[in-house]
Amino acid sequence: MIDRIAQLPGLGRPQLPPLPMIRRQQIPEELGRATLLGVALLYLLVLVALPLVIVFVQAFAGGVRSYLAALLDPYALAAMRLTLLTAAIVVPMNLTFGIAAAWAIAKFEFRGKNMLITLIDVPFAVSPVISGLIYVLMFGAQGWLGPWLNEHNIRIIFAVPGIVLATTFVTFPFVARELIPLMQTQGNEEEETALSLGAGGWQTFWLVTLPKIRWGLLYGVLLCNARAMGEFGAVSVVSGHIRGQTNTLPLHIEIMHSDYNYVGAFATASILAMLALVTLVAKALLERRQPELRARAARQAV
Amino acid sequence: MAEAVQTWPTRVGGAASPRGPWTPAEGATRSERQFRVLPGFGLTLGYTLFYVSLIVLLPLSTAFVRSAELGPMQFWHVVTAPRVLASLRLSFGASLLAALINAVFGFIIAWALARSRFPGRRIFDAMIDLPFALPTAVAGIALTALYAPNGWIGELLAPLGIHVAFTPLGVVVALAFVSLPFIVRTLQPVLGDLDLEVELAAQSLGASRLQTLLWVVLPTIWPALLTGVALGFSRAVGEYGSVIFIAGNIPKVSEIAPLMIMTKLEQYQYGQATAIAVVMLLASFGLMFGINGLQLWAQARTRGRRG
Repeated sequence: MIDRIAQLPGLGRPQLPPLPMIRRQQIPEELGRATLLGVALLYLLVLVALPLVIVFVQAFAGGVRSYLAALLDPYALAAMRLTLLTAAIVVPMNLTFGIAAAWAIAKFEFRGKNMLITLIDVPFAVSPVISGLIYVLMFGAQGWLGPWLNEHNIRIIFAVPGIVLATTFVTFPFVARELIPLMQTQGNEEEETALSLGAGGWQTFWLVTLPKIRWGLLYGVLLCNARAMGEFGAVSVVSGHIRGQTNTLPLHIEIMHSDYNYVGAFATASILAMLALVTLVAKALLERRQPELRARAARQAV
Repeated sequence: MAEAVQTWPTRVGGAASPRGPWTPAEGATRSERQFRVLPGFGLTLGYTLFYVSLIVLLPLSTAFVRSAELGPMQFWHVVTAPRVLASLRLSFGASLLAALINAVFGFIIAWALARSRFPGRRIFDAMIDLPFALPTAVAGIALTALYAPNGWIGELLAPLGIHVAFTPLGVVVALAFVSLPFIVRTLQPVLGDLDLEVELAAQSLGASRLQTLLWVVLPTIWPALLTGVALGFSRAVGEYGSVIFIAGNIPKVSEIAPLMIMTKLEQYQYGQATAIAVVMLLASFGLMFGINGLQLWAQARTRGRRG
């Protein structure tokens, strides 16, 4: 009840009976509230909104023509292609894994389940640079498999497979983390009913489970994709920064920036900023459709 | 709502939770029989274990094995070298400072969003996720452009003698940017769920606003605040992309630990890079378990309070 009152427009708190004591407090209280609100909004505007604004201002600093020229630069286009390719490989891989992991964890009991859930979370706790480093240690020239790979002329580090692997690691938990709690709260009853009525396992999954989890799934995919396209640190370690070959969009930004080509850097950045904005809007729409997604948003941000 | 956030993902209705929605109260044996009705256990668990081992377990263990090859003496020597030590100190110190700054402002923001209605509230609310959605390289060059001596904010601060870009202060600003959503998003549901009646009761008994805040509100949201700060800190410690542009990367002054790893790698000092990585990994895992414990504590408190 109190919650509902607090949500009425213009009311921070329930209207109190007009006791004289409380009325006396009201004016300084309103002032204090306004000050706090001002501080909150100012902090958000300066720390969060301004960086977004300056990306677009700087991108168009040289006019629309140089903005477009920067985007149509062959190296920028190659970086865009590689970023899209990486996301197109990584997202389906982590999607499949997420569904499998959620099915096993939410629908069955087994020993070591909590440890498995913790393990799935691990990539979020690891620094992006270390996420790249571990693949260099495995597949790099001085790595475990380096000599063998070299003999067979397979390149992983400083090539596209390394970029895909590092991105997979970094975005690994997104879908699984979204689906596990969702499937756990939904329970098994509908699946069991479908099976008892003679549906097969795959049929049950496609026709019963998938429709139940689709919004959570989409939410996970959305966040996974945003991170896959924007990852910088991990990819930076394994990429080798070969222009036109192993540069993704974020790496292209870095190169342009260190070349003092600010229009180029910010033009490329504006593409990724737009991706972030689209992600946020889609995320807000999904949250409005399924409020419980939002309740988990804090964890998802981890 | 409060519960939803205070529950760590690993616990939501999981095996550890006695209140798992599908666990029948009669006992585990019946429920176990029920689970086996569903197909696909072997396939999904097998695939999950295979994938986790291949992508996470095996590569991560490589780091530990590789650093063990150094030997304890050399390992110690590497991680206590002055330049490395300075970078670790900066990464952890600046992250802590950023998380604490956000503890204050994040609390005010969460409070304002939970308790006030004003035009554009939805937009401000969505804005909080921006640091999470915006690629770190974009954030990095944008913050640098803003805080450079000739930037929009740097220009205002320069006459005051405050230099943000290319100093340790710049590192703090970048880390405050990336860690903000963690703190606000952890606090928001708890604040929204706070019982207004209790606060009003305190005030009707003569407590001032500050007293209400200190003795009524803070004790309730304390676990969430601590969790949010720990989450933000843990994210900030490993942060790389948004920092390296604004930091200036002066050795021993504004060089963060992840960059130190990068530098060692570029010099083909794989062993040294791995040693620093292992120190950071151990800290991250420690934080992860600490946060897990915090969430369990918060959860237990919420349950206790609700009877």
